Amino acid sequence: MSAPPARPAASVELRQERDIAAARIAVSKAMDAMGARALRKTRFVTAVSEIARNALDHGGGGVIEIHRLERPLRIMIRCRDEGPGIADIDRAMTDGFSTARSMGKGLGGARRLVEAFRIESRPGVGTTIEMEARP
Amino acid sequence: MTVAPTTEVSRLLREDFDSVLDAWFATQKREGVRRPDLFSDRESRRQLADLLRAFSEALARIDLDAPVDIEAEIWSDLRLALSEITLVRTERGVAPWEMTAFVLALKQPVFEMLQKRLTGTPEQLLQEAANFGRIVDAFAMHINEYFIAERDEIIERQRAEMMELSTPVVQLWERVLTIPLIGTLDSMRAQEVMENLLNAIVEHSAEVVIVDITGVRVVDTQVAQHLLRTAAAVRLMGAEAIISGISPKIAQTMVELGVDVGEVTTRPTIRAALDEAFRRVGFRIGRVEDTRV
Ligand SMILES: Nc1ncnc2c1ncn2[C@@H]1O[C@H](COP(=O)(O)OP(=O)(O)O)[C@@H](O)[C@H]1O
Ligand SMILES: [Mg+2]
Repeated sequence: MSAPPARPAASVELRQERDIAAARIAVSKAMDAMGARALRKTRFVTAVSEIARNALDHGGGGVIEIHRLERPLRIMIRCRDEGPGIADIDRAMTDGFSTARSMGKGLGGARRLVEAFRIESRPGVGTTIEMEARP
Repeated sequence: MTVAPTTEVSRLLREDFDSVLDAWFATQKREGVRRPDLFSDRESRRQLADLLRAFSEALARIDLDAPVDIEAEIWSDLRLALSEITLVRTERGVAPWEMTAFVLALKQPVFEMLQKRLTGTPEQLLQEAANFGRIVDAFAMHINEYFIAERDEIIERQRAEMMELSTPVVQLWERVLTIPLIGTLDSMRAQEVMENLLNAIVEHSAEVVIVDITGVRVVDTQVAQHLLRTAAAVRLMGAEAIISGISPKIAQTMVELGVDVGEVTTRPTIRAALDEAFRRVGFRIGRVEDTRV
């Protein structure tokens, strides 16, 4: 996607439901270490919860890397899966669209909750999402 | 003629793998690093053999001019073997220092065997021993860090699981129930909450149910959907749900997510929810003085 992956501060494998909680906890900790404000943390962690769940439910499992970026200080996460991918990203990002009969607001909501949102997905290859926010 | 700096160690491991393994095992026994209370001799030996094999394969390919970086690709098999060993050991309560000692115990026997093989060439012996020591140190450091991270994770997981153990439904007053939710609300637990709640409604002929989410840290779209579904099911049972404890942070986040609570009654605090619940069942909370008038 963007710059070559530097070594992440932490990473969490997403294989079962409780790994999503583990990902939220890890991101939460990383933001605490940056002295993040409570509201920013809640927003970012909620966005992470959405895309981690998507990687697990729609992508068949994946991994989330947590990075600390400097100047200006930011938290960045990269969530990868090697699932079926998304054929029509615009449609998937639209609120209310879901192939799983759930709310369909996860992707759109996550994008609104963070300061930078990048998505790359290829059918049959997988999906990678990056999100960034100031602490 | 330049000699590759760990030629002899590599050769030793190739030619005399079993003796090195035996010696490592014996050192561990002597230094008390082995844990016969936790692992059988066979299991310990197999673990050591896996590690030593991965180690010796990487050693044969490593470039010793560069600093030892255990995170590098060349060490990936070794890291894998290590993480497996660490995982069983953390689960069985082995301390971090024991893991470090466990790795460092490899030095002594290899030094001794090298000494025998390189008696005629002290310079090479020195260089090989130093290089080998450097690698084992890096390896010990890595396992220490890894081990601590792993242990933190287990503690965190146990804590999280404990928090999720029970979802008691409490009767607050005639026809008024509450269910305080704490921790995470995953699908399985949401199912359990719904079941407990619906059964309690029947049991207590409840009319109002307060679902308190003060203890829920994150409300994502799935949690929101569980809450709304629960409220809908409560309504089908002829009762009303009030969701309480939505903090300002969570309220703002839910708005950004585009979650609409629709008809469901919400209150910021459990106290405000209780007021509302009493109003609905025809009670009022007042000071004692007031009721005497
Ligand atoms: N990691 C992924 N892999 C494959 N498909 C995905 C992935 N993430 C999202 N999608 C697709 O995008 C749709 C919308 O996702 P989202 O907005 O989170 O809603 P929901 O998860 O409720 O369906 C999903 O239903 C799915 O079809
Ligand atoms: Mg989703």
